[in-house]
Amino acid sequence: MRELSLHILDIAENGITAGADCVQILVNEARDDDLLTIVIEDNGRGMPAAKLENPADPFITTRTTRRVGLGLSLLDAAARRCDGKLEIETEAGRGTRVVATFGYNHIDRAPVGDIASTITTLIMGNPQIDFVYTHIIDTKDFVLDTRELKAGPEDHSLTDPVLIHHLTQSIRQALHRLVSGNSKSEVTEENHGKIDD
Amino acid sequence: MAKLTIDDLKKIKEETAKSTSLRDGEANVKITVHMGTCGIAAGAREVMNALMEELAQADRQDIRVVASGCMGMCSSEPNVTVEMQDAEPIVYQKMEANRMRQVFKRHVLLGEVQSDFALAKM
Repeated sequence: MRELSLHILDIAENGITAGADCVQILVNEARDDDLLTIVIEDNGRGMPAAKLENPADPFITTRTTRRVGLGLSLLDAAARRCDGKLEIETEAGRGTRVVATFGYNHIDRAPVGDIASTITTLIMGNPQIDFVYTHIIDTKDFVLDTRELKAGPEDHSLTDPVLIHHLTQSIRQALHRLVSGNSKSEVTEENHGKIDD
Repeated sequence: MAKLTIDDLKKIKEETAKSTSLRDGEANVKITVHMGTCGIAAGAREVMNALMEELAQADRQDIRVVASGCMGMCSSEPNVTVEMQDAEPIVYQKMEANRMRQVFKRHVLLGEVQSDFALAKM
């Protein structure tokens, strides 16, 4: 995949398919430590033991539409080619936690990309699911918790297209502030998507 | 901790509350963007973004957008299914932002099936 944010969208959808009602996403850009960490945690039904023995094997999948599942395999490959790794913890009935690490400055690391679109696409397409999105850049962080924005589980007003548009812009601006808030102009800056006027 | 957008959002949310209360009513059109690994890699997120933009402009309260998984036709991704009331669902294949805009404007708003992009009638 061209962007790490697309992997995040993909793995988060896995959690939703596994019956989760809350998905937590963490992106941690620790530029001083040359480390990028992505954590996607859901409270779905967990992964079967057969899959966990070799999570990156595309031929072990719970899906029924076809016999291959590529989501975790692709993320595993993306992490390993940047001197990172993929770790998965799962517990039946409790959920799954996927942790992917990357060498921040590794030449093969794909950009984080348009993470704001990933988050709002998830919110828009899954009104019944709660999302907690945390993005850390060095010492600054940004948190978006949809549970704070909803009146209750039946409140679907967050899927309003106008609101989604504003939400996307707000996330992009917040990330822009995170980058500029860390006064380290010499380190490579991530492009988190264009901010429209 | 930067939680700057929350208050702004609440404000926007209050402003849009009127339109969303109408949206809770009956949905006459359901648009499904298939978002499995295959769809996402092929560009489903950009298709979804274009759809959201069109939807925001159209000011129609009876259209519902959902994300779903792969339907097993990965070679034709990104796929989008349009289900209109009293009509057969149409699956569109190899979608991209501009195709999505055309399908939305012609098929969803005017009822003209865009058979050039259609994969199948279900």
